[in-house]
Amino acid sequence: MTASEILDPLLTAQTWREDGRQVAIATVVETWGSAPRPSGSHLVIDGEGNFEGSVSGGCVEGAVITEALDVITSGVPKMLEFGVADETAWRVGLSCGGKIRVYVERLA
Amino acid sequence: MELETLAKLNAARQARKAAVVATDLSGGPVRLILEGEPVPGPLGQEVAKAFRSGKAAMAEVDGRSLFLNVHLPPPRIVVIGAVHISQALARLAPVAGYDLTIIDPRTAFATEERFDGVELIADWPEDVLRERPLDAYTALAAVTHDPKIDDFALSEALRVGCFYVGALGSRKTHAKRVERLKEMGRTDEEIGRIAAPIGLDIAAASPAEIALATLAQVVQAFRRRDLVTDG
Repeated sequence: MTASEILDPLLTAQTWREDGRQVAIATVVETWGSAPRPSGSHLVIDGEGNFEGSVSGGCVEGAVITEALDVITSGVPKMLEFGVADETAWRVGLSCGGKIRVYVERLA
Repeated sequence: MELETLAKLNAARQARKAAVVATDLSGGPVRLILEGEPVPGPLGQEVAKAFRSGKAAMAEVDGRSLFLNVHLPPPRIVVIGAVHISQALARLAPVAGYDLTIIDPRTAFATEERFDGVELIADWPEDVLRERPLDAYTALAAVTHDPKIDDFALSEALRVGCFYVGALGSRKTHAKRVERLKEMGRTDEEIGRIAAPIGLDIAAASPAEIALATLAQVVQAFRRRDLVTDG
């Protein structure tokens, strides 16, 4: 593998799926304010909670992984929103003050 | 997304082909569009915009909410010269996510021992670049000081529009180089793009520091590169 491939979440997702693992792909689709990762960034998750990539600076990955496991089971995509103003119990905030929307889908 | 779509996307990315992935956020289908593929209608306009800007964006098309993710080829660095600076640059570049290739016809310099694990081609740039052309997603750093080795690659990098072109050497060395490149048919505007002396000004002194300054300049050039805008 070349340098840029080692940490490539989309290549990881393909390899995992081809190995027979269940996989979800989370993508940042919208950002407001000082979001840590730009739109288009990916986090990929397998059925056991292993992950590669990032959608934030580590602030919300835990919550995304939990939701991704749901998506893997149900097959139904989800849109997640994270921001400082959000105080919903299971949701965590972004300490940078930004707001992001993350789309989570199953890799069929 | 289907595994088949992802596999096609990854194959395009590895072949250094630009691609857009259009995802219907209401849970609809995911479509892969390769650069140059004709897409009619409003979607086509949005896709063209995404390729030009290189930025992922939301788009409303026919009452549907789409997310267009853009995958441009990963930037890479081609170094002309298997010198001390290149040894440091070869270690730093992968950390920043850049693949790196070193070209130097001088077999005394281009040895595996000095460049363990690095893609190293001991041949003339004229020959290597014919087989493996430079492109707009490539940074070229010429660091041999030797016109016989550096000049062709520099001229070629300017001609194809490498996003970064840097050349090692003092201002005096560079003034002579400018004259030679003009003789090779390069315009003043093209030649003005060369970063010389090479590297951001961080008062670099050692070869490793010059490598770091060069890498920082490559990153800056990539992030600030001119993107064709609408109209």
